[in-house]
Amino acid sequence: MKAKTIKVDYLARVEGEGALYVKIKGDKVTDVKLKIFEPPRFFEALLRGRMYSEAPDITARICGICPVAYQMSAVHAMEHAFGAVVDGQLRQLRRLLYCGEWIESHTLHIYMLHAPDFLGYPDAMHMAQDYPDIVKRGLHMKKAGNAIVAFLGGREVHPVNVRVGGFYRAPSKQELGQLVEQLKWGRDAALETVRWTAQLPFPDFEQNYAFVALRHPAEYPFNEGRLVSDQGLDITAQGYDDHFVEEHVPYSNALHSTMKERGAYFVGPLARYSLNFDQLSPLAQEAACTAGLGPACRNPFQSIIVRSVEVLYAFDEALRIIEGYERPEQPAVELHPRASVGYAITEAPRGILYHRYRLNDEGLILDAKIVPPTSQNQKTIENDLRHYVAQAIDVLEEQLTWQCEQAIRNYDPCISCATHFLKLHIERE
Amino acid sequence: MQPQILLIGIGNEYRSDDGAGLAAIRALKAKGLPGTHFKECTSDGADLIEMWSKAQIVILIDAVSSGAHAGTIYRFDARTRSIPACFSFHSTHAFGLAEAIELACELNLLPPILIVYAIEGKNFATGMGLSPEVEKAVQQVVERISQYPSTLHDRPA
Repeated sequence: MKAKTIKVDYLARVEGEGALYVKIKGDKVTDVKLKIFEPPRFFEALLRGRMYSEAPDITARICGICPVAYQMSAVHAMEHAFGAVVDGQLRQLRRLLYCGEWIESHTLHIYMLHAPDFLGYPDAMHMAQDYPDIVKRGLHMKKAGNAIVAFLGGREVHPVNVRVGGFYRAPSKQELGQLVEQLKWGRDAALETVRWTAQLPFPDFEQNYAFVALRHPAEYPFNEGRLVSDQGLDITAQGYDDHFVEEHVPYSNALHSTMKERGAYFVGPLARYSLNFDQLSPLAQEAACTAGLGPACRNPFQSIIVRSVEVLYAFDEALRIIEGYERPEQPAVELHPRASVGYAITEAPRGILYHRYRLNDEGLILDAKIVPPTSQNQKTIENDLRHYVAQAIDVLEEQLTWQCEQAIRNYDPCISCATHFLKLHIERE
Repeated sequence: MQPQILLIGIGNEYRSDDGAGLAAIRALKAKGLPGTHFKECTSDGADLIEMWSKAQIVILIDAVSSGAHAGTIYRFDARTRSIPACFSFHSTHAFGLAEAIELACELNLLPPILIVYAIEGKNFATGMGLSPEVEKAVQQVVERISQYPSTLHDRPA
């Protein structure tokens, strides 16, 4: 029987370092491995013995692209442990900060990492030769996201203004107002981005995923909500460990997560969108419908449109928050450390980010567990590749390799988070 | 009018020698050089293009892995010479320094002067602190760059 192996030793345009290995025998895919080489970074061990207040800034260092997500999951978990409630304008400021990170992260992926795939360019630099204005638009949109994070967080990356209980300093309404013009421009540019991504060529590749995301009764989820799936799951963050397990696979340094009842599951923009379409702002809903998306999207290649819709929502939501903002009397609520366990899940740009901390009565961290979105999507990425390669088995090697890489980039995997860098290996015997 | 000089240190101080650029920029900042602005960039190359958009003279300092001896210092003018293919700037993310320079070049967004100092690293593992060779190289780069503002002051208008 004719067999072959396709391998890519270094996958470009993904966050971190890894490789893909696909083995094909005859017309069957016999093996798919997403390999993550990056050594584990032992952040969970590093947290033991540190004070609760240090967790937001330490965990923010796990990722240069989504530090806000790490900070948010950390502060919510600590507040859960201490029984503290952060609401009102402080809660709104956290949502605003998350808007900034989604804009930064999604825009970088849409314009610099993902769009070149659909237009046939090896990278954004080559794409910029033919589409300079579009690439510049992407850079300017990202700058608007940076402006929010820098303004609220103190700097563009690894913000330093976040603390358990709230912020070190809350801005005045007048200060926040300085962002408005830039965000209004960004909202218009995001609307254009939805239109632009909608006309890109997409393969017909709808899959039967188990979508998992936060769901909140009154808002599109960033910081809070119940963890739900389209398969009937409906739990609090506290129940996460009862329904999900992490396992080590010999070829990857990142742990694979599975749902106990089902196995592989899908987190990130497609899951969030499909489980929360009704909570998008009217503008984002309308743009999604005009772009040809229904209330759910099961084609991972169309994630570029869904990310664009989420960027539009983030600009829209940021403007809504600023309009209704009044400076809170205190920048943070009072905390009373106690021996307890705190749990939180927030929606990082790439999907749900779970934190759990066990603390002593002084607030010292006794143990920590962090499950980033990319490790949760690893099995689903492998399944996609298995199905995609099976339907494209006769495609020429070079083209198939390209398409496999594109299928991985659909997930905007952040291997830096899951452990770091990606390399592809397709073998035909 | 004095040309604005922007010094940018790039890296991740939690990845050992990858923190060389940040160590250099902090040492330069402590010297209080006249007419000079300082920035740190920890991960994302796309942000560099915005950072240097208003500067006339930009100097970037980053760690590099090219297979040379640890502590080797490279200096090149990014407007006249592309970054050597063997250079691997240790960005843990997909869009790093080399990509930012190449993209800015395509979009005609490079500053009038863009000098890159690259310091060969040895250890990029998780952890803090520089290798002794890299530490020494950082000091040399700091000394060299410290001369720039005075050189510019002395230059006839």
